[in-house]
Amino acid sequence: MNPSLLSRRDALRQTTTSFVWLAFSALAQREAFAAGSLTPKPAHFPARAKRVIMLVMPGGPSHMDTFDYKPQLIKDHMKEASVGRMSGSKLLGPQWEFRQRGQNGLWTSDLFPNIAKHADDLCLLRGMHTDIPDHDRAQLQLHTGNIQFPRPSLGAWSLYGLGTESENLPGFVWMNAGKNARNITSNHFLPAPFRGTAINVPKNEGGGESSGRKGRRAGMSGKPNGISNIRNPRLSPELQRHQLDFVQALNRDKVDRAIKQPGVDGVIESYELAFRLQSHLPDVMDLSKESDRTKSMYGIGTSETDEFGRKCLVARRFAEAGVRFIALGHSPGWDSHGNLREQLPKTCAATDKPIAGLLQDLKQRDMLKDTLVLWSGEFGRTPHSKNGNGRDHNAKGFTSWMAGAGVKGGFSYGGTDEHGLEAVEGKMHIHDWHATILHLLGLDHEKLTYRYAGRDFRLTDVKGQVAKAILA
Amino acid sequence: MAAAVRTSRSHPDIPADQLAFFENKIRPVLVDSCYECHSKKEGRDKGGLTLDTRVGLRQGGSLGPGVVPFKPEESVLMKAITWSDSDLEMPPEQKLPAHAIEDFRKWIRMGAPDPRDGGTPKVVKTEIDIEDGRKFWAFQKPRKPTPPSVVDPEWAKTDVDRFVFTKLREEGMTPAGIAKPTDLLRRLSYDLTGLPPTSSLAKQFQSAWTKNPESAIAALADKLMSTPQYGERWGRHWLDVARFSESNGKSSNVSYPYAWRYRNYVIDAFNDDKPYDRFIEEQLAGDQRRTTSMEERQEGYIATGFLAMGPKDLAQKNRVQFQMDLVDDQINTTMLAFQGLTVACARCHDHKFDPIPTRDYYALAGIFMSTKTFYGVPKSKYNSGTTLDLPIVRESTTRFSSAEIAKLKTRMVQLRADLSKMSRDKKARMKANQEARDTGKDSKSGMKRNSKAKKRSNAELAEIQALLDTVGQGGRQKDQGMAVLDQIDLVHANILVRGEVDSPAQQVRRGFLQVMNHPSQTIPETRSGRLELAQWITSKENPLTARVAVNRVWAKLFGEGIVSTTENFGTTGIPPTHPNLLDYLAVQFMQDGWSFKTLIHRLVLTRAYRTSTDFHQANYNQDPDNKFLWRATPRRLDGEAIRDSILAVSGQLDLKRPASAVMEFGDGELGRKSAPNLTLNTPPYRSVYLPVVREKAEEFIGLFDGADPNLVTGHRKNSNVAGQALYMMNSEFILKQSDAFAADLRRRHSTTKDRINDGFLRAFGRPPTSTEFTASINFYNQFQPAALRETGSRNQADYLFLSAFCQGLFSSAEFRYLN
Repeated sequence: MNPSLLSRRDALRQTTTSFVWLAFSALAQREAFAAGSLTPKPAHFPARAKRVIMLVMPGGPSHMDTFDYKPQLIKDHMKEASVGRMSGSKLLGPQWEFRQRGQNGLWTSDLFPNIAKHADDLCLLRGMHTDIPDHDRAQLQLHTGNIQFPRPSLGAWSLYGLGTESENLPGFVWMNAGKNARNITSNHFLPAPFRGTAINVPKNEGGGESSGRKGRRAGMSGKPNGISNIRNPRLSPELQRHQLDFVQALNRDKVDRAIKQPGVDGVIESYELAFRLQSHLPDVMDLSKESDRTKSMYGIGTSETDEFGRKCLVARRFAEAGVRFIALGHSPGWDSHGNLREQLPKTCAATDKPIAGLLQDLKQRDMLKDTLVLWSGEFGRTPHSKNGNGRDHNAKGFTSWMAGAGVKGGFSYGGTDEHGLEAVEGKMHIHDWHATILHLLGLDHEKLTYRYAGRDFRLTDVKGQVAKAILA
Repeated sequence: MAAAVRTSRSHPDIPADQLAFFENKIRPVLVDSCYECHSKKEGRDKGGLTLDTRVGLRQGGSLGPGVVPFKPEESVLMKAITWSDSDLEMPPEQKLPAHAIEDFRKWIRMGAPDPRDGGTPKVVKTEIDIEDGRKFWAFQKPRKPTPPSVVDPEWAKTDVDRFVFTKLREEGMTPAGIAKPTDLLRRLSYDLTGLPPTSSLAKQFQSAWTKNPESAIAALADKLMSTPQYGERWGRHWLDVARFSESNGKSSNVSYPYAWRYRNYVIDAFNDDKPYDRFIEEQLAGDQRRTTSMEERQEGYIATGFLAMGPKDLAQKNRVQFQMDLVDDQINTTMLAFQGLTVACARCHDHKFDPIPTRDYYALAGIFMSTKTFYGVPKSKYNSGTTLDLPIVRESTTRFSSAEIAKLKTRMVQLRADLSKMSRDKKARMKANQEARDTGKDSKSGMKRNSKAKKRSNAELAEIQALLDTVGQGGRQKDQGMAVLDQIDLVHANILVRGEVDSPAQQVRRGFLQVMNHPSQTIPETRSGRLELAQWITSKENPLTARVAVNRVWAKLFGEGIVSTTENFGTTGIPPTHPNLLDYLAVQFMQDGWSFKTLIHRLVLTRAYRTSTDFHQANYNQDPDNKFLWRATPRRLDGEAIRDSILAVSGQLDLKRPASAVMEFGDGELGRKSAPNLTLNTPPYRSVYLPVVREKAEEFIGLFDGADPNLVTGHRKNSNVAGQALYMMNSEFILKQSDAFAADLRRRHSTTKDRINDGFLRAFGRPPTSTEFTASINFYNQFQPAALRETGSRNQADYLFLSAFCQGLFSSAEFRYLN
């Protein structure tokens, strides 16, 4: 226990008026904050992006049907494929029309009509590739760079490099991370404060336009905005802080006795974070203060887009609150082995307006200039189809995109072969992608290291090249 | 319709006249009247049926084979187009003309010659070199290595220690000293029972320890393993592996009201120290083992629930697809649980990393396709499945009175009458419609309404039938269970190209994995082969079974497996840290008659198990994950142990084995808004008895990293996250238990100091350290006056303090970690 902290608290103990309590609470948090080494740190060089919003589309969206324009594939539709494992199956042309969009004439398909309106902000990365066409491993690689072992994720590394400007919220949040939460929020060997915090944005079960009312109603039952156990029904914040100080004193004593026990550091961090969350999370997640115009811009209130729209709007609110790294996903629906023509349009439609709304909202708040928005699956899909209505996993080539801080808009970088199977130019491996993201955050991926098990680890291992061509 | 005979087509296997018949009489009708709803190419498969491929037509949809060559009377297609069943009238809008129906009948009698999909059967070839694959360590039979010689007296006593110590020395590390007896007591108590030690046990152990530490541990281990709590602890570990659940999950989360029998069977098996080979045999083929008593037979059936309780896509309309998905779950679970192999990827293609060709997958698939699974979900909806009537009727609870049964039966008579009237009405209306069409008037009136009413009546009929099926003589509840039996028709599977059910290639005989084949095991034509599969797995020749099992036990006692990927012993798994030790333990385990108690006893008596968690900087730098066991890895307790401990310390724990809440709920969907949420407000039973509902984990267990019942989980990865902290700080459950703990302390002691001291003793199994005591007093000095100001009552403030103090102990890292 920090003695100076105690004495300050002793002084403040004299009064319990809420005003002073708030000041005291902020003070206590700042102390914890400093201890967790989450304080903002200088970047290696001037950063273009202050924060990241990562839109994850697990399952592997079809690039040939969305963002990778392949005229030759249209021509060769239903022709026998000849390459390697493709042989014996037929090429399947894109199932939707492509058009040129925006001032720069970027080709995208009709599946994302609303995102297409922001074509001049998009930087398409059409030469993406990854190591293994297996969901779990490829997802692990997308988030941690590695296909086999648990490792710190991109968000944890960003936090380690930069700290966070949000004292009251976690620096790295993952909304509805699902069953992979442990891997994709992992700090692994990095200290516990750099772990991502999984937060569930509840569905609006009414499906309608009642988020505010629902939120308040839920608040009365102890679940403000659908967050479980966020309020103590019995102890005032002051009493609860005393209790927490007691718990943390026991925990620190345990660490002192054990000298080093990362798990206990994790427990300590979890309580500090929980205490901050319970006073600040409900506010951030309360969408009732948003105007109807804003909500409808994100597709909130329309059943097909409501769920993802809420997540995107909460993401913007996290960004405003200074959260460094915000990740959110939309699944399932991208893994189009069969049923491509029926399922893919639905999945695209569920995300199109919310993402377009997010881009629009960030722009009108002048935040897109220092917010890096990422959109990616863990891999892409094959240009050929064995059943005429589906595509298989493809790690050799796919498309992801970036928008906002520091990247060229209306720009396409890299490309696959004539049919979209394999990245052939401007190739960007996940390591390169990570290196580029860190670069935009002002971090040199070769210098961002952490010593563990006798060697210096990096997010990019011994690889990774910054794609300078996409930097604005 | 084109009338010209298409003569341009020819086909190697179909005579020209038959081909012409198909092209002129059959194909055009299929195209015009059927493809609109049943076309694979267009992605339309109403009722799970596609008719634009030969395979699709023959397999049929949810109702059975569409066309059985030479047998029009067995072909669902004929039933449908003749409109002979009022539930199945196709095409729905208008019956085919009589001559077209006759053409189909004639064509099926011909053998249903069908040139579609090409003529030559597909053959899937493999490029895997099995012989070469056998060279991998995990596919070679373990041989018992000689333990290395060790001079150090502490580490020379057991063979296990010799292996561990030698490895440490090779790595240049010195192990930590021996743990404090209080820490060891806690370690043993949690590892063997999942509960904190009782105070009387603590006293006994302390005094025995001072005389002879080794015999103290041996006696304690024996004692703990003889309590029923041992089986509850280790049974839960196995339930993780068996993806045990009391509901189906996926899109239709219906209950499994009898899954609890399997849970209890597993717990009892551990308590009885059932040999592992027999445990495996019962779970895979308990219905086929020779037994000497009805009880044993009953147990055998219940054990096969292992194969029945996977998640299923009940809404899947294609019955072949549904079967293959069920079979896939059975293969996948069996191979992960007993063999530590990921075989399921061979469903679609040769395993990319391990020597497991697709043909081996389908050799196993034949075994499970020849197996009937009684998974028991209500008949009214989805892919219904029955439960098995068990031979012994123990429960004689009357479910329905005879009056109730009579009422249900009357209702069924009424429904049947309604249905036949609807059918008559429909025919009459059709006749009228036909006349109306002839005179140019509107048709089709009332058809839709009629069909909805029909569906409703049929559903109700099925529901009543399902209810009546669960009661026997005199309305007594039948004893039922989830189980498997052999099918009457045994089959060999066809390899499915890319795992697609309408893309069959060559047939393979039922069998096992070639990479581990041993010549003595073959499957007779008269049996599914499950028993033989079990015998193949439990054979001492099998290189993986014992290794995988001892590794699971090791992981529970030491924090990480010797192979840390407990479900992957293949080439993409992590290689063993102590390969010789693994083999030693595996062979010893078999020699000990596959006894888990013997194995666990052997391991807890090692010096390695007794090592303290003391930190050592140089060792840490070299081996931060403690792979080589330079200390005992500090382990976080799993969710069940934390919850049970809170209940034990608060005095609220009820050690009784309760009736399953899911059984009491009965048949129905769980976790939906309309159904009760059985995982809320759970009673103070041991956590192993809480309802396990897929996608709706009980909150505590879910937050503290409980196993996902959709997956085979050999090793849980425990986390410490904010959601847990919020639960400990604010949840009703924790507040309630803290109150109970505080009330007990208040009853026993009169001073705050005594209460604090005893609180530590009971929560941590030891008195507070001086820092902990000071922190408690500080806490009191800060909290109590503030609480007094807030409440204005000294009593109230004291009450709040003691409860908050107890909650603090529950919340602490010490409470959830083993030293």
